[in-house]
Amino acid sequence: MQPSLFPSPMPLTFTVSKLTFLIRKLLEENEALQDVWVQGELSNLSRPASGHVYFTLKDSSAALKCVMWKTSAARLTLSLRDGMEVEVHGRIGIYEPAGQYQLYADQIRPVGEGALYQEFMRLKAMLEAEGLFDPQRKRPVPEFPKKIGIVTSATGAALRDMLNTLRRRLPLVEVILAASPVQGTEAPPALVKAIQSLNRQRPDIIIIARGGGSMEDLWAFNDERVVRAVAASQVPVISGVGHETDFTLCDFVADLRAPTPTAAAELATQITLLDLQAEVQNYQNRLVTSILNLIAEQKNMLSSLTTELRYLSPERRIQSERQRLDELARRVYSSLLHRVQLQSAHVAGMRNRLDALNPLAVLSRGYAVVTQKSDGRVISRVAQAKNGQSIQVRVSDGRFDATVDEK
Amino acid sequence: MPKSTAKKTEKPVEELSYEEALAELENIVSVLEGEQGQLEEAIKLFERGQALAARCGVLLEAAELKVKQVAGDTAVPFEEESE
Repeated sequence: MQPSLFPSPMPLTFTVSKLTFLIRKLLEENEALQDVWVQGELSNLSRPASGHVYFTLKDSSAALKCVMWKTSAARLTLSLRDGMEVEVHGRIGIYEPAGQYQLYADQIRPVGEGALYQEFMRLKAMLEAEGLFDPQRKRPVPEFPKKIGIVTSATGAALRDMLNTLRRRLPLVEVILAASPVQGTEAPPALVKAIQSLNRQRPDIIIIARGGGSMEDLWAFNDERVVRAVAASQVPVISGVGHETDFTLCDFVADLRAPTPTAAAELATQITLLDLQAEVQNYQNRLVTSILNLIAEQKNMLSSLTTELRYLSPERRIQSERQRLDELARRVYSSLLHRVQLQSAHVAGMRNRLDALNPLAVLSRGYAVVTQKSDGRVISRVAQAKNGQSIQVRVSDGRFDATVDEK
Repeated sequence: MPKSTAKKTEKPVEELSYEEALAELENIVSVLEGEQGQLEEAIKLFERGQALAARCGVLLEAAELKVKQVAGDTAVPFEEESE
């Protein structure tokens, strides 16, 4: 027996609101109903201006009203059509004004994706456990590749986008395409073969890419064989599969994951034409600077050599010799002068001594010289004089005659 | 560091690939920046460097994406679809 919702005794009469509230509580407390996937056919699809999406899911014997709020509807990658078989995720709730239960949907996917998703998770866990997605396995992608290998469909928009991107960013590069179908059962073995044959061409980078599509469309890029071929590649691999929100196992195993094919081509060309042009320009500037520096240096050296040369010129020596000559002449002159002075002092000395010996000098002191008048002989003794003899007397200022009077 | 004064190759500039021209240009620049060699030699290097830089510029300007396709173990030209 199921326990009664309404404990007896049950004397009250409910208001509609109260009853509806109880029903709502009943539904909302059931966890299974709050996180549920429902499969059915889309019908009565309506998208009013509010942005919310209303539809009914049905199968042969039942129908379920559904609403998807604007914010969830904006994230839809699937374009909805009536009659489409889909799986819808959401929670069951009550729209009280209409007394109606409905599914508040937050995700919609095509039927079958659920199973694919399970398989995806299983494979991912297995390969992850093997270490295929380890960050240490990731190799750096060369910055400036000369040769880029591309694995994609020869006819898809992805190839055109990538070639345009490469042409714009780095037209120097050589592209080698290994065309392969990118969906369907023939895709995985063809992708594996493409990766292997590109490896023999020794490109610097391999891009494996495909444009956007449903999970089923992208399924080849979750194929175990393809994932293992990417892991075994000798050349670093960039994956660019689907849109930004799509993740494939190729993305996990690749050395670098790009959100789109165009982004993959961008990541493969980290150095662009503009960078190369700037590099050449930089070298050219340095070339000019260094030659100008060199010339300036040589000029400096020349001018310092000129100065040195001037310093070493004989003119200086000539001048200094001339100076020495002057000096010598001066010394000769002065020594000569000295000797003349010495001589003249000597002469003066002699003259003084001569003066001292002059007999006449005695006269000035009162002495007189007496001579015979007849012969001029000096009378120095008495015996020489006779009475009446004429004599001459010489005094300091002249002479006079005299006669000897008495002897 | 510079290896020598770039005497070894001295291929005509017009015959050099972009990588060759750039590598030689790089070498010349470091030689010129690194030493005070003879002026005459330096001017020769400078002129060669200028020609190399011009060669690189022309090659960048004229570069066109080459697209080939794997065919067995070789690669053949790939015809892109026009728009």
